[in-house]
Amino acid sequence: MNDRVPHRLLDEAARDALTEQVAAWERGEVARFTAKAPERAAEFRTLGGFPVKRTYTALDVADTPLEDIGLPGQYPYTRGPYPTMYRGRTWTMRQIAGFGTAEDTNGRFKYLIANGQTGLSTDFDMPTLMGYDSDHPMSEGEVGREGVAIDTLADMERLFDGIDLTKISVSMTINPSAWILLAMYVALAQRRGYDLNALSGTIQADILKEYQAQKEWIFPIAPSVRIVRDCITYCATHMKRYNPINISGYHVSEAGSSPLDEVAFTMCNLITYVEEVQKTGMHVDQFAPRLAFFYVCQADFFEEIAKFRAVRRVYAKIMKERFGAQNPESMRLRFHCQTAAASLTKPQYEINIVRTGLQALAAVLGGAQSLHTNGKDEAFAIPTEEAMRIALRTQQIIADESNVANVVDPLGGSYFLEALTTQYEKAIFEVIDEVDRRGGTIKLTEEGWFQRRIADFAYETALRKANGEKPVIGVNKYVMPDEKFDIELHPYDTSTADRQVAGLNKVRRERDNAKVDALLDKLVAVANDPAQNIMPATIELVAAGASMGDIVEKLKGVWGTYRERPIF
Amino acid sequence: MESPERIRVIIAKVGLDGHDRGVKIVARTLRDAGMDVIYTGLHRTPEEVVDAAVQEDVDVIGVSILSGAHMTVFPRILDGLKARDAGDILVVGGGVIPDEDCAKLRDLGVKELMLQDTPPADIVAMVKRVVAERGAR
Repeated sequence: MNDRVPHRLLDEAARDALTEQVAAWERGEVARFTAKAPERAAEFRTLGGFPVKRTYTALDVADTPLEDIGLPGQYPYTRGPYPTMYRGRTWTMRQIAGFGTAEDTNGRFKYLIANGQTGLSTDFDMPTLMGYDSDHPMSEGEVGREGVAIDTLADMERLFDGIDLTKISVSMTINPSAWILLAMYVALAQRRGYDLNALSGTIQADILKEYQAQKEWIFPIAPSVRIVRDCITYCATHMKRYNPINISGYHVSEAGSSPLDEVAFTMCNLITYVEEVQKTGMHVDQFAPRLAFFYVCQADFFEEIAKFRAVRRVYAKIMKERFGAQNPESMRLRFHCQTAAASLTKPQYEINIVRTGLQALAAVLGGAQSLHTNGKDEAFAIPTEEAMRIALRTQQIIADESNVANVVDPLGGSYFLEALTTQYEKAIFEVIDEVDRRGGTIKLTEEGWFQRRIADFAYETALRKANGEKPVIGVNKYVMPDEKFDIELHPYDTSTADRQVAGLNKVRRERDNAKVDALLDKLVAVANDPAQNIMPATIELVAAGASMGDIVEKLKGVWGTYRERPIF
Repeated sequence: MESPERIRVIIAKVGLDGHDRGVKIVARTLRDAGMDVIYTGLHRTPEEVVDAAVQEDVDVIGVSILSGAHMTVFPRILDGLKARDAGDILVVGGGVIPDEDCAKLRDLGVKELMLQDTPPADIVAMVKRVVAERGAR
């Protein structure tokens, strides 16, 4: 297909005729109308700063090869990774949950499953995310606060108690310590006698965007990327249905980036990971089919849909042309989507339900494979059960009542959307080219280039909000000055840390400490040899009762720690 | 622009919280308003922040926290300042903090708390005001 001359929507005669028609319309109808009734602004832009025209015609897609738009399930997958999309099965409704101890979160999981949720997603507390045990001094005040606390395999067993992990996919939002959680998941599966190839789900494990945006790290960049590589190669060999990574734009966006940088940075990070894995001798088609992505859906409806369609096209081209993928599975970008937490407001917080509903609709029209919708109360605290139920019902209304799931890529062919998709594609490739030219993703991450771009856009956004150029209903427009918040928030159980540490100490008392020490020495040897995979030794350790802190502290002795050069 | 009255501020992230979008906007806003701004970077302990504040002889410490650990972090900073005989350094904060905790923190001695969606100009005005209210040291 690529060898042939690409087809265009318009031939030369049609193009000339339409050009003339548009010019006449501007001179005629538009000029007469705007003379009497001027438009609201001299120019209109997307949230991400792309200028948008008054209207779009076939001329605006005349330069886009028809093959680039293509058909769903066909290279370059602009219109969706699969030919039937939601006509086969609607997206996975995957509300994230995590608070308190493993028992507490297990209860929320069961509540969500009982309410029709079709996948699980786990939020961990800060100590777990950063590799600290719950009794470490840095963990004070944080245990079970923003997510669930997990120290040992015993916690993992309680987290998934009564849930058949061969029947439901489980996502774990965790990064620098992700490989330890993956090891616990494997050890739990082995204990339950599951076939590892029957497990589906993901760890996030996208460490590069941590240095760039979300800011959770333990080790310096090089050993951290090696751990990611090890997760990818381990899963490619032992867990055929498991996604070892979720390359994430979500946190880049939440940290303040433009929508363009959100998706462009994921492509830069993707390239780095693929190159690292290829260095082990593994062919791209052996692991790329299980690479997965995670994006936000922001408020600008059409821009977000264009963003999703464009990044699918870019990914397909990168995998095929840059990395020589031959298997179509290696070229289909599949992504989880979450509505934009940073768009939620405290004032008039109930309208967050509407914001989230529109963002969720854009995610679906953009072809997401799974979706989390935010709770109305998340500008205050982690969501209550009621808030999560409404958020889940929002997805169910889109799936079952709106009928948008019955046609694949129903907006495909919209002149505006196709034009914006192609603009986005070009702009993404420009960012990738710039990163290549400046020395690559790791070098630029160390230099703070990504961080600076994110901070700049965040600052501009704050100024636009302050001067009213970016309206936020309830905050800078339609404000209710005397609003009193009458809202019941998710409570924090102050006994959490004590309960958690008691469980950790019980494991420490009951395990074979000599065995754990010997296995830790073995882990150090593996860590010192970059040719080895860190997963098997870690699985043995967690099965023997080693805590996350045992493993991380030992490896800090080998690799050291990372400290950011603060910029603002 | 240089003058002896130039306000010195240290902007701090304490604990494991990695949310740094707001803190960077605040740091840039105060700098653009002509203040001397030091940003600690992420994952500092309360003790490190107190040390830096005393060494840098700042007027104000601004702590950003979105992790929910505010009731642990602020008291340790306030106590640390008192122990270093630096109680005249003003402590303000921002982030995601429930209203009832804001009241408790004010009682403990946190001067001001400004939460999400506070316009940048209001933050500048607040810092100038609390420093003026304290008076010269």
